[in-house]
Amino acid sequence: MGENNLSMGTTNLDVFAQTLMELAEHDRDILVITSDSRGSGRVTPFAEKFPEQIVEMGIAEQNMVGVSAGLAAAGKKVFIVSPACFLTARALEQIKNDIAYSDRPVKVIGISAGVSYGSLGTPHHSLHDYAVLQAINNIDIVAPADNFETSRAIRAAVHHSRPIYIRFGKKTTLDLHKPETHFEIGKAIQLTPCRENYDVALIATGETVAPAFLASQVLAEQGVTSCVLSLHSIRPFDEAAVRQAAARSRVVITVEEHSVNGGLGSRVASFLMQARIFRPLRIVGIPDEHTVTGSQSEIFNHYGISPQGLSQTALHLLEEEAE
Amino acid sequence: MSTTLTPSPITIEIVRTLEAKSILYRKSILKMIYAARAGHTGGSLSCVDILNVLYNHVMNISPVNFSQVNRDHYIHSKGHSVEALYAVLADKNFFSVEELNSVEKYGSDFIGHPTRAVPGIEQNTGALGHGLSFSVGMALAAKKDARRDRVFTILGDGELTEGSNWEASASAAHYRLDNLVAIIDRNTLQISGRTENVMAMEPLEEKFTAFGYAVRHVNGNDLSELITLFSSLPFEQGKPNLVLSHTIKGKGVSFMEDKVQWHHRVPTDMEYTAALLELEQAEKVLGNAYGRK
Repeated sequence: MGENNLSMGTTNLDVFAQTLMELAEHDRDILVITSDSRGSGRVTPFAEKFPEQIVEMGIAEQNMVGVSAGLAAAGKKVFIVSPACFLTARALEQIKNDIAYSDRPVKVIGISAGVSYGSLGTPHHSLHDYAVLQAINNIDIVAPADNFETSRAIRAAVHHSRPIYIRFGKKTTLDLHKPETHFEIGKAIQLTPCRENYDVALIATGETVAPAFLASQVLAEQGVTSCVLSLHSIRPFDEAAVRQAAARSRVVITVEEHSVNGGLGSRVASFLMQARIFRPLRIVGIPDEHTVTGSQSEIFNHYGISPQGLSQTALHLLEEEAE
Repeated sequence: MSTTLTPSPITIEIVRTLEAKSILYRKSILKMIYAARAGHTGGSLSCVDILNVLYNHVMNISPVNFSQVNRDHYIHSKGHSVEALYAVLADKNFFSVEELNSVEKYGSDFIGHPTRAVPGIEQNTGALGHGLSFSVGMALAAKKDARRDRVFTILGDGELTEGSNWEASASAAHYRLDNLVAIIDRNTLQISGRTENVMAMEPLEEKFTAFGYAVRHVNGNDLSELITLFSSLPFEQGKPNLVLSHTIKGKGVSFMEDKVQWHHRVPTDMEYTAALLELEQAEKVLGNAYGRK
């Protein structure tokens, strides 16, 4: 993509629903499981077209996840479609035992993730999901950044042999990739050429990759060079890409729509310290406090998850590093 | 809704064989727990007769067809009573009986709850309130693919306070899963005492009936009653089956029967010796009753 040639896509949610329709056309074993969430998940058209391939479980997340494990055990390719906040908290024990521990390759799709629900507040926010799922063995964790990554992640999930959690929001996203870009679960994607040494490594995941990418353009205008990494897979964690991105930088910033505790930033910090790659580091996300009331973009701006906020953070960090 | 059960002559012939197996299983359970110095004695002894009848008389499931999906399925929802399941699976040749020497030992696949690492086990359990939902999923898949698989699961009665069971029950009835058979091991004891004192859940028959099950009562330590009952599956077309299986915790060893401390007590040397003597005595009585030595 040319730097001044931005294009807006649709929502990752719509791309997800459309991709499922395309896949289900050729695969009658694909099942969609909902918790009164077919509207929220944009799968009403799916339900109308493939009534035999959708299973409504009502507002009962624990049972929904347990049933999904049973369906998967009988050979079904199961996509759970449910708000990330309830799915990964209310039904966490079922995700842990029935899916991950029992090695049932269910595709756990957390919709309206992070602070997508904005002013509906904490019960509807999922700022814990990376943290809790990273502490559970045998479930991959993916947060696609844009329409391209969403479509590829869903296609890859169908035949993924391990349990997988994929989460995204419901707002339109900036297109970040060319169609020919290589996508693979567990492999980060560089959004800028990261070959030479640069000032800032911006490592982001999910829908915070776009503000990180725009921040790199703001920084470029001020003569600050950067490398932007879309680390769509928190597990498998792409150690090689993170190592390389950090090693050539002066400072590292991680960005995520998640608590600053236990998510991408914690993972990157832990990895870099143990790999003896010591760089000044800022973890940008939702801090350990009652989240401010607002829309998703207002919350992002409040906590500096914005092109301006991230470029300011980068400049401060570079200043500190130079002292 | 209690059913009167009259054993057929054929049943009596089968019951002879199964009675001997029940004693064998009880000895195996006690040996495992005594050797491991850990395990769930009372609940394994209460549910083992049900497992005996399911695996030896009711279910189409064997090491030969286990890798296929078009067979019956068993989910051990009350996962802590894993020793009963291990005893039966060894007897069914899913693995050799010698492997039971490693139960709950360092590095063993045979942990204190069911896992798929052990041949013949369908799903990992151990946290309560999970088996029924999983079973609903398997039964629903069979219905969707027009297969005749049946899915059996045994739940503990103390387990019924887990709310997920009631979510699962609603969905079992909603999807008319008459290929699902949920069996409650109603021994009336849980780790802290009488189930009704810990959390009153009666009237269970009315609750399950209201949730849409076809409910039946059975003496879950009476092999011939169990055989007769399971021969009438499904109890009603279009309804999930629920068996209130009235059992005695610690069944088969007099000093363990209906005693809360035997929930997960490990026998001392003397208790183990006494228990084995009692079971060997029962074997002799059984032999004499059927005209053998």
